[in-house]
Amino acid sequence: MIKIAYFPGCSLEGSSKEYNESLLAVSKEFEIQLEEVHDWNCCGATAAHNLNKVLSISLPARTLALAEKQGFSEILVPCAACYSRLLTAYNELNKDAALLEKVKEILEIDFSAKVKPFTVIDFIQKHIQPKLKEKVKKPLNAKIACYYGCLLVRPPKLVEVERYEDPLMMESIVKELGATPLDWAFKTECCGAGLSVSRTSTVGKLCSKILDDALSRGATMFAVACPMCQSNLDMRRRNANVFLNEKADAPVLFITQLIGLALGLDKKELGLQRHFVPFNLEIFDKPIPKETLGKSKKVEEV
Amino acid sequence: MSRIGVFICHCGENIGGTVDCEKVAETAAKYPGVAYSVDYKYMCSDPGQNMIKDAIKEHKLTGVVVAACSPRMHEPTFRKAVSEAGINPFLCEMANLREHCSWVHLKDDSTTEKAEELVKVLVEKVKRNQPLEPIKVPVTKTALVLGGGIAGIQAALDIANSGHKVIMIEKSPSIGGHMSQLSETFPTLDCSQCILTPRMVEVAQHPNITLYTYAELVGLDGFIGNFQASIKLKAKSIDHDICNGCGDCIAKCPIKKIPDEFNAGLGTRTAVYVPFPQAVPNKPVIDRENCTYFTRDGKCGLCAKVCTKGAIDYSQKDEIITIDVGAVVVATGFDIKGTDFFPEYGYGRYKDVITGLQFERLASASGPTLGEIKRPSDGKVPQNIVFIACAGSRDPAKGIEYCSKICCMYTAKHAMLYKHKVHQGKASVFYMDIRAGGKMYEEFVRRAIEEDDVNYIRGRVSRIYEKNGKLIVKGVDTLLDAYPVEIEADMVVLATAGIANEGSEELAQSLHISYDQHNFFAEAHPKLKPVETNTAGIMLAGACQSPKDIPDSVSQASGAAVKVAALFSKDELTRDPLIAYVNRCGPPTYSTCVGCFLCVSVCPYLAIEKEQIKDRNGNLIKEVAKINPGLCQGCGTCVALCRSKSIDIYGYSHSQVFAEVMALFNERSLENV
Amino acid sequence: MSNFEPKIIAFVCNWCTYAGADLAGTSRIKYAPNVRIVRFPCTGRIDFMLLLKALQTGADGIIVSGCHPADCHYTAGNYHARRRWIIFKSLLDFVGFDTGRITFSWVSAAEGAKWAQIVNETVDKIRDLGPYTDYSNLNKLGVGTITEVLNARTA
Repeated sequence: MIKIAYFPGCSLEGSSKEYNESLLAVSKEFEIQLEEVHDWNCCGATAAHNLNKVLSISLPARTLALAEKQGFSEILVPCAACYSRLLTAYNELNKDAALLEKVKEILEIDFSAKVKPFTVIDFIQKHIQPKLKEKVKKPLNAKIACYYGCLLVRPPKLVEVERYEDPLMMESIVKELGATPLDWAFKTECCGAGLSVSRTSTVGKLCSKILDDALSRGATMFAVACPMCQSNLDMRRRNANVFLNEKADAPVLFITQLIGLALGLDKKELGLQRHFVPFNLEIFDKPIPKETLGKSKKVEEV
Repeated sequence: MSRIGVFICHCGENIGGTVDCEKVAETAAKYPGVAYSVDYKYMCSDPGQNMIKDAIKEHKLTGVVVAACSPRMHEPTFRKAVSEAGINPFLCEMANLREHCSWVHLKDDSTTEKAEELVKVLVEKVKRNQPLEPIKVPVTKTALVLGGGIAGIQAALDIANSGHKVIMIEKSPSIGGHMSQLSETFPTLDCSQCILTPRMVEVAQHPNITLYTYAELVGLDGFIGNFQASIKLKAKSIDHDICNGCGDCIAKCPIKKIPDEFNAGLGTRTAVYVPFPQAVPNKPVIDRENCTYFTRDGKCGLCAKVCTKGAIDYSQKDEIITIDVGAVVVATGFDIKGTDFFPEYGYGRYKDVITGLQFERLASASGPTLGEIKRPSDGKVPQNIVFIACAGSRDPAKGIEYCSKICCMYTAKHAMLYKHKVHQGKASVFYMDIRAGGKMYEEFVRRAIEEDDVNYIRGRVSRIYEKNGKLIVKGVDTLLDAYPVEIEADMVVLATAGIANEGSEELAQSLHISYDQHNFFAEAHPKLKPVETNTAGIMLAGACQSPKDIPDSVSQASGAAVKVAALFSKDELTRDPLIAYVNRCGPPTYSTCVGCFLCVSVCPYLAIEKEQIKDRNGNLIKEVAKINPGLCQGCGTCVALCRSKSIDIYGYSHSQVFAEVMALFNERSLENV
Repeated sequence: MSNFEPKIIAFVCNWCTYAGADLAGTSRIKYAPNVRIVRFPCTGRIDFMLLLKALQTGADGIIVSGCHPADCHYTAGNYHARRRWIIFKSLLDFVGFDTGRITFSWVSAAEGAKWAQIVNETVDKIRDLGPYTDYSNLNKLGVGTITEVLNARTA
């Protein structure tokens, strides 16, 4: 049993409960124990870093410090916004010794900021993917648009993703689940993020563009690894449909839910009943569309 | 007893602003053997040099240390000055107070202390300098021109017309370079081929020029005036002496689908081919990597069957020839980044996102579309075209930091050519800044904007993607309050960055010339020696040094040619006599050399010979090493290696270098005792 | 020890590292003033007895630097220097000398920034190692060269 430090953050406790459920369920299948960092706190997104730099570092730093005290050297952060805040704190504290001293004083915790945050995608690539193929029981018959949004791949200097304009990590994962990854243009476009609350129509418009590009190329469903991306594409589907002039029904699943399905886990266990755009297993029975738009050369092998 | 003069230069504020020059001069005056020490604002100026000359006479100096800039800068200046005052030029040394001290340290005592010690080291050295006479070497009055583009052509013609022999080598089957690929040239819209091809023919017919196409430089040995170039003549598989260029073989060649380099991949060619109709020489070669006769063991052979002259020769082999040359002009040109470099523009996967060079071919009357602007995917005429300037240039995050210089102008030209050919079409240009410095350049860009109605948008493009058969170009107009812009284009042209040729690093290494961090070849001085390299006798011309347009390339090429002609105007060159020698002495030892000849094995110039010392009856006394002063280049490897310390080297002798080291810290070591 | 300023001597070749140090100058890259450059035609010319002499006369650290492999102005001098250094280093290791005091590197004429970095790193390293006193300690025991002992007595 591998033990990994885990920071769920607020989303995975609330609006994206199913991300948490599916992540834990999949980890269990691979004999990985995710251990929540005891007494974790808010990562500070998105308000803190617009207002106060030291606060915006101190908030995530506390979680990093607690993980360090609890004996971990890295920490799994499934939410992209949390990940961005923790990674920023990790980088700032490691390049600025004076800031580290200050934050230590504020937190009243002595720590070295050596716990490095990593994403669910990193987690899957490292711990799940090597054994994935042999464990897949029900290959997924679907054409999946892998949507990354912004914070999983940006800023490039911090995140160190090689093809940050056109990442291919999730594509290689869904391929191993038996699905066909979609080659499309809007993988890293903006979903509207926090405007979901204050300007729902803007989010609807932005999401409609993302949906339009994927659906016109034949996508049957979406894979995401960020709670914000999921809730905007899912919960704000009604607002997006206004701009699309149609009732788009392609469901938006977390990558962990897709893995769970391929492993043959129960729908409920993966929290699939919690989505706004309903998900039915029959989706895998439909033939996947062959034709796609455009006149591209052959898509680069994933 | 030595009488050394020390001259401390302020170099205006360059040294004087950081180093207390007056104090250095005072300290130096106390060094043993220093007869005179002084500081002055500009030592290299006329009054400064006169100061040195006067001091030599007045104080009967036996050696001079000028503490100023790098000896790589002004050593010749000061050596000349001291020789005019009557002492041997090799009795002058320079202490590097500028590049190695004042420019790299802060103004404080430790910097002045360092300056004093640098002077002290050189004082100790110069005390042990010997008067030397320069070695005279003959000059081979033949120039080697590497590369047959416009820069190489210009340099070759200028040198040849000044009466000297030229060897030109070009790696592709024809000369002409990138200029032969261009449609029309800015700012006059002259047809590129019309002005270039007569020059190409002139090269081929010039009695002083020997042209080797399909050839590469594999090595260069020797030194200024006396280089030996090894050139690989790649097998053309066709005897050009017999071939009459009828083209029957090309018509019959069944391998027709090879991407055509001349058309920047937009067309195809056969395996036996002439790159373009106006090629010089206008005779084909067989591309062995694609010809089935070579890839599939003798299959085909059609070209040999149809050739009435019997010129096809499959058995030809690559040949290496060695040529003596006195100077080299490097004019190997540049390359451009491909569209596959840009992730946000589709990693090169959209057929209708092309490079500027590909657009040149589309616009060229000799191109794959005979000058009609048709997009590569389906041959339709694009009604809405977008040009993106600075695609990769001036972009340290993703591409290269520098400005590729030619893109602003050729993008304006492209937009203009498009509008001239597709009158109702819409052309937009995304740009960062318009850099149109040059005669008639700004006016040219204004013409594109004002007369030809090209839509210039100041902003960058974040993404290109396909939708419903259109290329959606997402950008921003920064002059419109950063408003997002989306254009549904039929074709997009990226002005991709000009970069150094692949393999330029290796070429620089075999030429022993410097190159910058982008692998462009480095000039000897960015302002005052833009044509020479750090290696004497090797000049640069054209875009191998940095991206350049045609007029700049041609100017530099003519400059390089003048440098070569000046070099060839003398029958003899002198070179520094800083070479190694084996000591000799009287009987009974004759030399401390014991004849182990280990030195022979390390000498890269084969300059060490065996010499027999015989008595007057002709009986062999001993065999010792002897260094041929004509061949020795003075690296000193044998000096350090010699176990009996029988070899020494002028200018870096044992006594000099040990004295330098001991001058540095001696005082402190004694304090410690 | 806090105000210990290491004395570093650099043996460099004329064509690459000397020019690289010139480039550091023309680029105005600041680095520690502790280094003194002695120019050689080529690293192949560097007699390693000079390194011993430098240590003997009071250097705390040494830099030997020339052209990158395959870039030697004289084709192969840097290879000879490298071989010599490998053997010489094993000798120094054998007699118990801390070879961390000697930096052997390649700096080309285009690498002004690298030169500055190497000087700074060497100075920092020698600062940590402290002054080199082994040789002068030997002198105190009377093991120095005759001249030096004599000089010391008269001083």
